[in-house]
Amino acid sequence: MKILVCISKTPDTTAKIAFTDNNTKFDTNGVQWIVNPWDEWFALVRAIELKEADPSITLHLITVGESDADPIIRKALALGGDEAIRINASPAESQFVAHQIAAIAKEGNYDLVLTGKETIDHNGSTVGGLIAGETELPYISLATKLDRQGNTLTITREIEGGQEVCEVEIPVVVSAQKGMAEARIPNMRGIMAARTKPLKVVEPIATNEYTQVIQFELPAPKSGVKLIAPDQVEELVRLLHEEAKVI
Amino acid sequence: MSILVYIDIANGKIKKSTQEVISYGADLSAITGEKLIGVAIGNCQDQLEELGSFGLQEIVHIGKDSNRNAPAETDAWAIATLAIEKKSATLLFSHSLSGKLLAPLTASRLKAGLVSGVISQPDLTDGFIVKRSVFSGKAFAKVAIKTPTRVLTINPNSYPVKQRNGTAEVTNIALEGPASRVKSISIEKTSGELPLTEAGIVVSAGRGLKGPENWGMVEQLAGELHAALACSRPVADAHWRPHHEHVGQTGVAIAPNLYIAIGISGAIQHLAGVNRSKVIVVINKDPEAPFFKAADYGIVGDAFEVVPQFTAALKKVKAS
Ligand SMILES: Cc1cc2nc3c(=O)[nH]c(=O)nc-3n(C[C@H](O)[C@H](O)[C@H](O)COP(=O)(O)OP(=O)(O)OC[C@H]3O[C@@H](n4cnc5c(N)ncnc54)[C@H](O)[C@@H]3O)c2cc1C
Ligand SMILES: Nc1ncnc2c1ncn2[C@@H]1O[C@H](COP(=O)(O)O)[C@@H](O)[C@H]1O
Repeated sequence: MKILVCISKTPDTTAKIAFTDNNTKFDTNGVQWIVNPWDEWFALVRAIELKEADPSITLHLITVGESDADPIIRKALALGGDEAIRINASPAESQFVAHQIAAIAKEGNYDLVLTGKETIDHNGSTVGGLIAGETELPYISLATKLDRQGNTLTITREIEGGQEVCEVEIPVVVSAQKGMAEARIPNMRGIMAARTKPLKVVEPIATNEYTQVIQFELPAPKSGVKLIAPDQVEELVRLLHEEAKVI
Repeated sequence: MSILVYIDIANGKIKKSTQEVISYGADLSAITGEKLIGVAIGNCQDQLEELGSFGLQEIVHIGKDSNRNAPAETDAWAIATLAIEKKSATLLFSHSLSGKLLAPLTASRLKAGLVSGVISQPDLTDGFIVKRSVFSGKAFAKVAIKTPTRVLTINPNSYPVKQRNGTAEVTNIALEGPASRVKSISIEKTSGELPLTEAGIVVSAGRGLKGPENWGMVEQLAGELHAALACSRPVADAHWRPHHEHVGQTGVAIAPNLYIAIGISGAIQHLAGVNRSKVIVVINKDPEAPFFKAADYGIVGDAFEVVPQFTAALKKVKAS
């Protein structure tokens, strides 16, 4: 079995969000970069667990990004995985990213493509489904549990108002979320090993442009908090009713 | 030409977020003159006709085996096929759990540009430009869609529901297309509570409550407000509350009309999931708690005193 885990580079959760060039570019000044939490904590760790249970599994990591994504993919490799692939291009839009990953997934005959639920910067929740569309593989979204018996996967996913347990034969694309695994911290041996694991750089395939970000905007700043004395809770109720009109 | 809206059904009920998406479609159709068509897949026929009052002009109901009611790849196939037949240039889903499965699969089939998490009507003056929420609610992006067919998912609670005068004609067809390769084994429903993402009011509490045994007063306040419950991440991690109540950057992202945060410090990762709320009330005993900077109303005080008084004050208003 061959597993491909999609790894995205995102700003740290505490990063200050600002824009430059007339609000057309994310201001990367002083920003720390991390592996997207959903990819690291759930998709990658579950893939590593599957490999621990069955060492014959080949586990590859993939990212679409420029060379500044190398340290991030190495961080992911420090947790586990045999090698990484970087598609050498800026991940400008989700269709582009999905087409690149789909091309590798098809060419490499991967049996399980795992993505995170969403990226914490783009917040699309779309790349997994688009990869499934391009590769014409079944797609299971927002999985909270994944078990394997040979070529059959039993997966629990979140649906409106509950959970669905489903069964699917590989090959398949799955997006992973909380519940799938417990986050791990890389150890020294993993970090050392990651330095020498192969990182293949592949040039992107040509695709059409589907969408284009024109400009970013920051929300209007809050006008400031109105403080109410703790013994005046009735006044808060009045304000919520008459001023804010939310109750 | 038409606009196609996916009608989301959960546990046999049409979702509030679907009313929002229909309202979005109706406002768009008023500008473009395209027909507004709804597609529903599953067991819901008796509720469909009333959707005309939100602006749908036609509804296609695709019947489906009731114990296979969860959205599946065949549904995306059916939606895409219908979109081609009805010449739909714009397809609308909610950015819900169903939309997150179906929208990308449908967009792929139609080779459509896909924008998720849309929060406002498109600007049509120069192409088709929509605004979406990015950076976990800390910013917005204006995105131009370049393809002739477009798929949008609309963020729940970001578009007002409007009642209109109208009726929709319902046609019934059978679900065709390739069988889903994903076999549904069982569906487990969570209790009848309102999904967090759709709740108009959310009452949330954090580590300041000291322990799970103290949630009674929070539940009472929520009950009085018909609100959904939420919590901060450490609270879910400590199993004081179930994981699905964890809101924030690595939990559920919400945008209710009113968010009440009790004993939550307001860490940046928590704010990232709740900062799109229209009105934020913070109750915290520490005047320096960062949450006050993001709040509209605040009480600096002990939750164990303030929360029961809050519930009592609401009861009093109701009684008068
Ligand atoms: C990568 C990453 C992702 C994260 N994602 C999330 C996320 O998605 N969601 C999330 O919530 N957190 C997240 N966190 C954790 C976050 O950084 C904070 O640690 C967390 O939000 C704090 O929870 P809290 O406010 O409940 O607890 P605390 O920070 O301990 O705050 C408790 C608050 O209660 C107040 N208090 C105490 N007693 C009382 C009383 N009697 N009455 C009134 N107030 C009282 C205190 O003044 C304090 O402000 C994440 C962290 C990281 C590193
Ligand atoms: N540039 C990228 N490279 C590799 N994987 C990505 C990239 N962008 C997104 N993904 C994967 O797709 C998932 C969903 O991303 P998104 O649709 O952007 O929210 C992420 O959790 C990643 O697993």
